[in-house]
Amino acid sequence: MTARDVRRRRAQRVERDERLVAAASFRVRRGVLVGFLGLFLAAVVASAFHRQVIDTEYLQDQGNNRYVRNLVIPARRGMILDRNGEPLAVSTPVATVWVDPSKAIERPELVGELAKALGMDRATLQARLQERKDRPFYYVKRRIGPEETQAVEALIARLGANDIGLETEYRRFYPSGEVFGHLVGFTNIDDHGIEGMELAFDAWLAAQPGSRRVIQDGRRRVVQEVERLQPPRHGRDLTLSLDRRLQFLAYRELKRAMREHKAQGATAVILDANTGEVLAMVNQPAYNPNGAMDGSGSTRRNRALTDVFEPGSTVKPLVVAAALEARLVTPTTPIDTSPGTLQVARNRVKDVRNYGLLDTTGVITKSSNVGVVKLAQRMERAALWRLYDGVGFGRSTGSGFPGEVDGRLRDYQRWSIFEHATHAFGYGLSTTSLQLAQAYGVLAADGVRRPVSLLRLDGPPAEGEQVLSAATVQKVRAMMETVVSAKGTAREAAVEGYRVGGKTGTAKKAVAGGYASKRYQSVFAGMAPISQPRFVMVVMVDEPGGKDYYGGKVAAPVFARVMQGALRLYNVPPDDPAGTLLLAGMEATR
Amino acid sequence: MPGRSGPSALAESRRPGVGLLPRLHVDLPLLFGLLLLCGYGLLVLASATDQDPDKLDRQLIRFGLAFAAMLLVAQVPPVQLRRWAFPLYVAGVAMLVAVELIGDIGKGAQRWLDLGVLRFQPSELVKLAVPMALAAFLARRPLPPRWWGILAAALMTAVPVLLIARQPDLGTALLVAGGGAMVLFLAGLSWRLIVALAVAGAAFLPILWHLMLPYQRQRVLTFLDPASDPLGSGYHIIQSQIAIGSGGVYGKGWLNGTQSHLEFLPERSTDFIFAVLGEELGLLGILALLAIYLFIILRGLAIAAQAQDAFGRLLGGGVTLVFFVYLFVNTGMVTGLLPVVGVPLPLVSYGGTSLVTIMAGFGILMSIHTHRKLLPA
Repeated sequence: MTARDVRRRRAQRVERDERLVAAASFRVRRGVLVGFLGLFLAAVVASAFHRQVIDTEYLQDQGNNRYVRNLVIPARRGMILDRNGEPLAVSTPVATVWVDPSKAIERPELVGELAKALGMDRATLQARLQERKDRPFYYVKRRIGPEETQAVEALIARLGANDIGLETEYRRFYPSGEVFGHLVGFTNIDDHGIEGMELAFDAWLAAQPGSRRVIQDGRRRVVQEVERLQPPRHGRDLTLSLDRRLQFLAYRELKRAMREHKAQGATAVILDANTGEVLAMVNQPAYNPNGAMDGSGSTRRNRALTDVFEPGSTVKPLVVAAALEARLVTPTTPIDTSPGTLQVARNRVKDVRNYGLLDTTGVITKSSNVGVVKLAQRMERAALWRLYDGVGFGRSTGSGFPGEVDGRLRDYQRWSIFEHATHAFGYGLSTTSLQLAQAYGVLAADGVRRPVSLLRLDGPPAEGEQVLSAATVQKVRAMMETVVSAKGTAREAAVEGYRVGGKTGTAKKAVAGGYASKRYQSVFAGMAPISQPRFVMVVMVDEPGGKDYYGGKVAAPVFARVMQGALRLYNVPPDDPAGTLLLAGMEATR
Repeated sequence: MPGRSGPSALAESRRPGVGLLPRLHVDLPLLFGLLLLCGYGLLVLASATDQDPDKLDRQLIRFGLAFAAMLLVAQVPPVQLRRWAFPLYVAGVAMLVAVELIGDIGKGAQRWLDLGVLRFQPSELVKLAVPMALAAFLARRPLPPRWWGILAAALMTAVPVLLIARQPDLGTALLVAGGGAMVLFLAGLSWRLIVALAVAGAAFLPILWHLMLPYQRQRVLTFLDPASDPLGSGYHIIQSQIAIGSGGVYGKGWLNGTQSHLEFLPERSTDFIFAVLGEELGLLGILALLAIYLFIILRGLAIAAQAQDAFGRLLGGGVTLVFFVYLFVNTGMVTGLLPVVGVPLPLVSYGGTSLVTIMAGFGILMSIHTHRKLLPA
């Protein structure tokens, strides 16, 4: 066979094979493929059919969940104002910056500028975005300040807004800082009060954020608002009874006393003598509610309401008032306090020195323990207890302030003979500064006890409860005025141009198991002007660490300085224009 | 043989009294199917791109180029195609090697060869060259091929596939491998061998697992359980299934898809455009699309069956089935039947050189069909 034959035969065979393949194999194979194709298309259709017709609800819900969102419409919490409308707590809109890390990461100039605008480290920001580069959303910094907001706004205007944006939130600011810190308190990140008036009146102040249903795209941009589900309701404003000016004044003086006397703590309370409104309430140590994270529990206490002390000699005017009311004595009834000590049961009551023969007024002037015990011994225990109870000892003032304590006034039937005596000079019972101020409010307001209020009272003052007769309290006020005289224990409480009355107290500090020997609580409680009292004020300094610890030396000067400012601020007409008392005091000093 | 191309090719069409289209070597049913598909695709694309006129213009230009390529290839008689098969194959593989050595990096993968004027993707050329070369090679010997013929054909497929997989471009590698496999299958690979290969392939899976890059492994894991990382690698699958599922029977209406327009659906104008269709035009829209595809594929297989020689049959069948593999991999991926592999929905997805390649493939089919020597009955 020639090569040509071979080629021809091979060609023939190829042709025959091809025909064979064409006839049988190819058809079969094509059939198989078409069958496979049909199966596959059926699978795709079945899959789509399953998702679109049978199992539709879940996926359709999922679809809706991805673009229909309920968004919160922020609402503003109510302001807290002082009695003159000065803001003490305000919610201001602040911005929160978000970015789309997946986009922003590719724009180094944006990251750089943003870091600069927010005062962040560029590398840190870059790293944070890098970590989240697969996500379309990230809060870079929440609640930024006004300057940062401006910087970011400028940045957005310049570099485009697709991958960076600002959201509005409200942030609470306390313009008066630590001066009102204890009283106003502060809120948490959810805008609810957790201390002070913010907590007490949270329901009133709280804003009700609204909500709206919107369509958002994959980058959280709102495309369309579908409906407003709930309109936002702003919180209501709360007007306190406090006067920012008096508060600042009291705070300044208290802080000064705290420093001068190296004390552990201090409080001061000013009441409006006519209405029972609290005009100032300050404590030391204090904290700044704008940075609520600073400050421990001890600095956050509103001590004027949460801490009790034994009122000591400051209760003596009340004992005298009870005795006068029971007509046991008159202001001039002689009382012999010599030899300056008095045996009561198995204990001995002492005066600082032997004051000899005093009258009722003199007992107050000199703060004689012996004298006041003798007065108390002439009274029924019940009578003394009733007065203490009547002026509000041993029960909450009803201010509504969180953490306010009741103080302690035990049932008189369980007083021992000695305890009957100690109650007369202020041991064996305990009060808060506010309770003591309330009690002195009775003496200032013609014998009527009015509930104290931390909110401004806009109507006429509450009726109150007649605890003592007006005649009695007038007599007691006259006695208290002598305390501030040259003969009294608190000359330094005097205010130029006004007649001032009050009573010092220097109580040994109660500690576990008895009384500490060298730890005192120095108190001054008083009022002015004495002819027609306008303000009642209590100053308590806890554990003065310097050489002075008498109430007349430590607390009285604070009283004088604050009271002087208060009387001037309120334009109270002077009732002692000649300054006789002061002159008398100066003469006595000479 | 430059003398036989062009005018003489035209002369070979001997149907008397035929119109312009057969003279241009155009198969009318196939052209009809393709135009229908492209029109439908443009509609969906218009929605998927938010009616971006720039993108639509560019896509139209690409369609124009692709149809031009189809017409051009259709003029080339199968004999010429057969002659060019090996040179094209060798050139394609050479360029793949060149890409491997000097290629540009695009989207993290080396796929492009910068030829100065235009950037050229050699793997696209290979998509056509492999079925052509295999068909030419296998048609030279009696069918079914002997074992060494099969081995040689397998090697011819494996070399470019591995080169493409190294770029790495899993989708294209899959398409090229599919093309080679289809031609071999049509050539008459024995069923026993197919079963054996399937078993061997299954046994090879663990080894393949080790050879895979981490991101490729992740895709497989995610395919098995998309919910395991819903915001990460499972995101595409979940979003696409939600988009399809939320469409229902009738869909949300053209341009009204929320998942796609609100940017929840990633790659919505390219690989995941099927989900846009499913959301906006619903089950009916999907059925319509699949019907058009089915029509095109069946027409392609019919052309292959009517081819006058083994080369035409194998090449025609191979080209048609590569198109089918495109559809298979893309819809399988979007509906969650297959792992995510970057393969566009043919003639519908936005962009790409693949458009030109696919249409050139249909040009080959038309050439095979219109250059038949019709014997008198």
